[in-house]
Amino acid sequence: MITVEQLNEIRKNSIPKVALRKKVFETRVPELQGDISGLLKEGNEKTYRAHILCCAGTGCKSSGSDKLREEFERVLEKYGLSDEVKIVKTGCFGLCAEGPIVVVYPEDAMYCKVGIEDVEDIVTEHIMNGRIVKRLLENYAAREKEGEITEEDLEGSTFFKKQMRIALHNCGRINPEDIEEYIAIDGYQALAKVLTQMTPDDVIKVMLDSGLRGRGGAGFPTGRKWMFAKASVSDQKYVCCNADEGDPGAFMDRSVLEGDPHEVLEAMAIAGYAIGANHGFIYVRAEYPTAVERLTIAIKQAEEYGILGDNIFGTDFSFRVELRLGAGAFVCGEETALMTSVEGHRGEPRPRPPFPAVKGLFAEPTILNNVETYANVPQIILKGADWFKAIGTEKSTGAKVFALGGKIKNTGLVEVPMGTTLREVVYDIGGGIPNGKKFKAAQTGGPSGGCIPASLIDTPIDYDSLIQIGSMMGSGGLIVMDEDTCMVDIAKFFLAFTVEESCGKCPPCRIGTKRMYDILDKITRGEGELKDIDDLYELADAIKSSALCGLGQTAPNPVLSTLRYFKDEYIAHVVDKKCPAGVCKALMQYTIDREKCIGCGKCARNCPADAISKTDYVAPGHKLPSMAIDQSKCLKCGACMEGCKFGAISKK
Amino acid sequence: MDNGCLKNDEKYQKLLEIIEVNKNVRGSLIRVLHDAQEVYGYLPIEVQKVVAEGLGIPLAEVYGVVTFYAQFTTKPKGEYRISVCLGTACYVKGSDKLLDRIQEELGIEVGDCTEDGRFSIEACRCIGACGLAPVFTVNKDVYGKKVPDDIPAIIAKYRE
Repeated sequence: MITVEQLNEIRKNSIPKVALRKKVFETRVPELQGDISGLLKEGNEKTYRAHILCCAGTGCKSSGSDKLREEFERVLEKYGLSDEVKIVKTGCFGLCAEGPIVVVYPEDAMYCKVGIEDVEDIVTEHIMNGRIVKRLLENYAAREKEGEITEEDLEGSTFFKKQMRIALHNCGRINPEDIEEYIAIDGYQALAKVLTQMTPDDVIKVMLDSGLRGRGGAGFPTGRKWMFAKASVSDQKYVCCNADEGDPGAFMDRSVLEGDPHEVLEAMAIAGYAIGANHGFIYVRAEYPTAVERLTIAIKQAEEYGILGDNIFGTDFSFRVELRLGAGAFVCGEETALMTSVEGHRGEPRPRPPFPAVKGLFAEPTILNNVETYANVPQIILKGADWFKAIGTEKSTGAKVFALGGKIKNTGLVEVPMGTTLREVVYDIGGGIPNGKKFKAAQTGGPSGGCIPASLIDTPIDYDSLIQIGSMMGSGGLIVMDEDTCMVDIAKFFLAFTVEESCGKCPPCRIGTKRMYDILDKITRGEGELKDIDDLYELADAIKSSALCGLGQTAPNPVLSTLRYFKDEYIAHVVDKKCPAGVCKALMQYTIDREKCIGCGKCARNCPADAISKTDYVAPGHKLPSMAIDQSKCLKCGACMEGCKFGAISKK
Repeated sequence: MDNGCLKNDEKYQKLLEIIEVNKNVRGSLIRVLHDAQEVYGYLPIEVQKVVAEGLGIPLAEVYGVVTFYAQFTTKPKGEYRISVCLGTACYVKGSDKLLDRIQEELGIEVGDCTEDGRFSIEACRCIGACGLAPVFTVNKDVYGKKVPDDIPAIIAKYRE
């Protein structure tokens, strides 16, 4: 057990650890304002003059950041700089497409796609001579061409300029495996404030006033959830954290857990105090080994420092956190199914009421919040409800993290105030669609959400606007699609997901989604009829109104929203037997333009099915007769088109 | 304890240890199964029997849990487990074509293992490396931004 005074003592002693990152922390750490040279002389950090932050999130790790870190160690050693430069392993910076990312402080210079061969340059140029290695800066070549580079641009990154980082404010800036760095920049101060200066009702009031709504999907007000759980009378209550980020294409929660695990622990303890619970469970996907490892370290450190455990800060509040691993079931993201799974059973949902706030985990009153929701809590406590309410829109306060993926240049993680338009996210932050293709749609809400067409790209992103246009916020996956994406195929993709992930407990979901999938499959095979579209509507309606849990009730959404905005594509599949995007194999045709074909015969040689032969037609200006494809023999493999140097073969 | 058909070897002793540690922890079945799978590589019925008896849970329930969750497998996996992400971000970037090519290259289907026990293929849902889509993994190695034509060379690397 430690006291608040001891916490502040640790904080004071730890500030030198992050002092070189003054640029990003000075607004939060008053001691870093002004001259910091005094601080740099204190503690064990006295010899450091630069910090090299290497991303060790899943994205950059996959791009080889572990080896990169070793190389930095080797090169620094070679130049005798190991005592002057500290290498810090961090969580995700967000710009995963440009990984591995390295940021050098005190300049806050962000280097992208850093290869092993670039390490020498960064050390000799930047560290030894103070010259920023321009060619490695984000998107440097393009920006320089457009004359956009100013002196100021050399530091920091354009990717971040339109963002507002609240839940992600520490990600990529601190070492997630060192509790002292977290404490140095105001970590666990919110818990201290809550325990020593506020009653549980005060805490709930702040949460209600802030307007914070659940970031996991449905957007239920967090304060109200806590209020209900506090009102339930019981000796034992539980606080749960939903880190079972099952939405394919979403990795917001993973990044928070990997980059800033203590924030979540602190928030859970605050929630425990508010509702009267002394035990927390984090249910995390087993597919996220790095997140599990960092959480395990964080829990252990918090216990060692006496921040989690009995009589926290000398009060009579005690709180412990336990990790529970999922085992690969999407339905476990649903609250009742998650609790059943924590109890060690098949993760099947159960009917509500009773709601978890009354009867949840082990039949005791329980609250369940999502990782990102928790990551907002400590700052709301520290900065107040009014600060948070001023961000975003009236009914959707604060900011939201999105995982940008699919056909977009800057795939990665962004956090923007609620009410930002889709256009700003896709073009200003995301950098637009690569390869000169057109934006066709954005999918939000994963298998429970819908597609937003190009005509609605100026829709503000908030809970209510998205529902209105037939999608939903969901947990924050935002997949961009271009003209090469077939909307019927995408609807089928999501239905295939639901069919596989349906737990099988209730018939509307188990049988209904399978029937919808079969119809979509039939349409993509070119065997659809108009009645199938009516059947899809009818099935969707029945499933939405009768499925047991959120998974089933929302499963028809991808179909309904694509039918709403891209019905012409469905009609093209059914009536014209064509796939306008050229995705559905059965509906595709390769054809040879007989005016462009010079008759070289390469396609016929490449064809594995002997489907191509000479015709009698010789195009004007050509010497040999053109080739033609026998559609009845064609396998649609595309080998002919790949080999044609004259652009005479096309896919329709 | 009845050890069914399991050999009384090092693995078996480890399994007993896992059960002992978790015996009195509420709701520990999934954790025990994770650890047991780590030890044996998969969860054959013999292992399930030992877990059921050790934790005092009906075998039917253990079997129900094992077959419910995608991470648990009752079939042995290959020495190299190839796992192709079919999450949305990877799918729109063509991971299905990667999967087709891997199946073609190894001559087996998703969920199967090659006869020599070296490779098995599975499809997974989002490993969270969407920035590198399309992504697949071979054991712990992650391959991002690959096209079908890269596959033969990558597989050849593990064949050696």
